[in-house]
Amino acid sequence: MIYFIIRRLILTVFLLVLVSLITFAIFFLVPRLAGQTTYQLAAQYVGRNPIPSEIKAVEVKLGLNAPLYLQYGRYIKGIVAGTHYNNGTDVSYCPFPCFGYSFRNDQPVWPQLISDAPVTLSIAVGAAVLWVIGGVSIGVLSALRRGTFFDRFSMGIALAGVSLPVFFTGLIALELFSYKWSLFPNVHYVGITTNPLLWARNLILPWITLAFLYAALYARLTRAGMLETMGEDYIRTARAKGLPERQVVVKHGLRAALTPIVTIFGLDLGLLLGGAILTETTFSMPGLGEFTILAIQNQDLPEIEGVVMIASFFIVVANMIVDILYAVVDPRVRF
Amino acid sequence: MAPLLELRDLRIHFQTDDGLVRAVDGISFSLERGRTLGIVGESGSGKSVTSMGIMGLHQGTKAQISGEILLDGENLVAASSGRVRELRGSKMAMIFQDPLSAMHPYYTVGNQIIEAYRIHNQVSRKVARKHAIDMLGRVGIPQPAVRVDDYPHQFSGGMRQRAMIAMSLSCDPELLIADEPTTALDVTVQAQILDLISDLQSEFGSAVIVITHDLGVVAELADDILVMYAGRAAEYGSATDIFNRPGHPYTWGLLGSMPRLDRERSARLIPIPGTPPSLIMVPSGCPFHPRCAYTGLTHGRCDTEVPPLREVAALDHEAACHLTAEDRIRLWAELSAGDIPAEAREISETDAEASSAGSGAAQAGSAEPDQPVTHDGVEA
Repeated sequence: MIYFIIRRLILTVFLLVLVSLITFAIFFLVPRLAGQTTYQLAAQYVGRNPIPSEIKAVEVKLGLNAPLYLQYGRYIKGIVAGTHYNNGTDVSYCPFPCFGYSFRNDQPVWPQLISDAPVTLSIAVGAAVLWVIGGVSIGVLSALRRGTFFDRFSMGIALAGVSLPVFFTGLIALELFSYKWSLFPNVHYVGITTNPLLWARNLILPWITLAFLYAALYARLTRAGMLETMGEDYIRTARAKGLPERQVVVKHGLRAALTPIVTIFGLDLGLLLGGAILTETTFSMPGLGEFTILAIQNQDLPEIEGVVMIASFFIVVANMIVDILYAVVDPRVRF
Repeated sequence: MAPLLELRDLRIHFQTDDGLVRAVDGISFSLERGRTLGIVGESGSGKSVTSMGIMGLHQGTKAQISGEILLDGENLVAASSGRVRELRGSKMAMIFQDPLSAMHPYYTVGNQIIEAYRIHNQVSRKVARKHAIDMLGRVGIPQPAVRVDDYPHQFSGGMRQRAMIAMSLSCDPELLIADEPTTALDVTVQAQILDLISDLQSEFGSAVIVITHDLGVVAELADDILVMYAGRAAEYGSATDIFNRPGHPYTWGLLGSMPRLDRERSARLIPIPGTPPSLIMVPSGCPFHPRCAYTGLTHGRCDTEVPPLREVAALDHEAACHLTAEDRIRLWAELSAGDIPAEAREISETDAEASSAGSGAAQAGSAEPDQPVTHDGVEA
């Protein structure tokens, strides 16, 4: 088991290096191949009407005219240890982990990512708790009561949930619960440390909106999984032992049916942690998703690169955790 | 002493979209402690449905059950599901056909036995674990204290079935139902498992029901045999009687399609023509009559009158057939001598032609027990 985890960790690091290489290539190699000079690249860091000498200074300072492999090395060094930028007269230190400077405001990218991450984390984790509890329990009940009114009703709602986009359900929720009935007036993000109650109150609508989408998906998956496992021979064995039906369902049925759910959950959560773009935009929450949108709109390469790195980090790590969890859950995978 | 288990006119029907499936249609038998009953028949004859019915595993499904299942005098058909659940695993236990799919892949073998034991016994995990190791040792698992922590996929097929047996015997059941216990195992392991079941039976003194289509298994284990066809009893009697003086054409067919050591190797196996009937549209009269060669001897009663299961005095056991005792004795005498009676000749010749045109083996006939009964089954 321990070897399995170590192998998986090594693979994870390798994957992250690969991702960084590819993103670096996309943002620095591709423009060059397309004919953009390092001078033009440097021009993006400076204001609207830059003086050529200023641009030149930036080019030297950021090392844009150095060979690409050196630039990549420096980029990685910045991420793992921090790096110095030196244009001869002026030395600036970009501390670990350094994702470079934003075009927009000449600030290091990392602190901006860090300040936006809690918003996304709050939205994603809160919604995840809701959708796992809601989706799985509805799925189990539907499977056990297959064909009844409850089953048809909840699967109908689930179909709606899967089909309706967040910006639709979110806006409806805002209109009804925030503006019309003022149950959650003035929805905006408040830090959990500032005011936990307000934090939770303002996040309820985004949580429910996001969870609705995923809960619908999970309810359908759980239902299908439960229908399959409850027909397995080992369920009959569990009943033949005289196990109470409740334990048959939870301990024997659900345990097996949850395995694919665990996999998908890890991936979904990993993806969301990199930015719940639609939800954040709909509810004007300044998270990584909104940061991404702004970075793309401004064509701010270092920002985009930072967001891509952090999003892929979450996905790769989520994958790793899922793999390890999978081995914990299913003993047949361990060997 | 009253029998441990008595079935009286048990009927288990399922309402489906295609119609009412009469999976079990009036089965009666009784079984005493320490005895073994073999239930044989083709696939779909109602063997497994009967055993699941005894275990109360149809509860919560759409099965319609009538008749009586008396376990130690207690009618399980009328009992509450909670009561049947208490008895399940403690007073009656079951071994299933495929031990790999019958054990939960995510729990260790030990945990599954511990669970079975602790449902019915208020003991600590530690005590239950010790018991599980004991049980594994008793069914012949080497190093039980180590293997107790293995998962089912780390066991071989035979060991899994042993573990399954250990699990079902963990609460000392008085009734053990083995549903095709050796079908998924290879031949040498089959013999070991059968030995194990009969050893444990004499050790625990429990009553055993063996459900199988393998006559070799019944020959090895059973004191009594119930031959089922289309959800009904075709023949019921002691194993020696059924093997030596079978009184039902279906039983003749089963025995005739089984290779035997006391026959010439060149002797043809005689398959039963036709296929088992649908349980929704059971043939009128005797359910076996469309496949029976001897209907001409009963003056047209076979397709109109359902033959009751009744004592045939000359044979000393019960059979459900309209043939007279003299006819049966004569026909079986001819069959067991290796001759084909005049009445059956026409059918078996057309069948032989059909099969020689095919693979050439007599076993390739259109129907026989759901898997060819092997030589080894008899040797075992």
